[in-house]
Amino acid sequence: MIARLVPHPILSATLTLVWLGLVNKVTLGNLLLGSVLGLAIPMLTAAYWPNRPKLRKPLVAVRYIGMVLWDIVIANVEVAMIILFKKRDEVHSQWIVVPLDLTSPEAITWLAGTITLTPGTVSATLSADASSILVHCLHTDDPGGVRDTIKARYEAPLKEIFP
Amino acid sequence: MTVIAEILVSFFLVVGGIFGLVGSLGLLKLRTTMQRLHSPTKATTLGVGGVLIASMLYFLLVGGMLSFHELLITLFLFLTAPITAHFIAKTYMVMNLKPTDLPETGRGPGWAIYDDAPESETDDRT
Repeated sequence: MIARLVPHPILSATLTLVWLGLVNKVTLGNLLLGSVLGLAIPMLTAAYWPNRPKLRKPLVAVRYIGMVLWDIVIANVEVAMIILFKKRDEVHSQWIVVPLDLTSPEAITWLAGTITLTPGTVSATLSADASSILVHCLHTDDPGGVRDTIKARYEAPLKEIFP
Repeated sequence: MTVIAEILVSFFLVVGGIFGLVGSLGLLKLRTTMQRLHSPTKATTLGVGGVLIASMLYFLLVGGMLSFHELLITLFLFLTAPITAHFIAKTYMVMNLKPTDLPETGRGPGWAIYDDAPESETDDRT
């Protein structure tokens, strides 16, 4: 019954918080309106979200987000250096194939988003059975190293977060 | 507005401006579409981020109130930037690349833009 009324508790909480952020003022009325939205939207859209992904270790997720934010700052500086100081011919771009151990669509989405936001890599496409991801690397001379970094630094924590 | 607040706000504005500029410069300098895709997804993130931090600091130190809008903009940016990049990459690959231009998947089926998903995995949710 409760699962029917609140199909996605985390989504509900997020929507309420986003609403409070949008009106930029925490009052009882806004909180009520936000809760109504947070409850109504997941209920109305539940048909399109058949899966109920579970976060197994929220703390690991928080640490992961912090790590990715830091990596984004580093990524920006690295890409800026490549753009500013490398000659066009010295930029060695290549495709890298990363085999995936993750299976849940949510986890793969997180990984693909992280890859795009972090150092010099953009996730381009998945293989048809979602068992490997194609990554475009702006500049590297060591494709194997980049692949191992992605697997160790980003995929390993995601495996813990999403069962 | 104290001097320290002014310096902090201007520092983040300048950092944001520099990264925004470098990101745009990358669009001009890099050669292929896939390379150019790197510059708006990264350099611009910090460019916008710097301006947002400056804006938060300004409202906190001068206006005396915490503003959540900047956090939301960050959230939406992080949600939309990878998805946009992904769409552009896929469109580019479909229009300009052949399967032989890409490395092998290393496992059975090919890349999703050329091959269909294998039968057994189609609908395990129903």
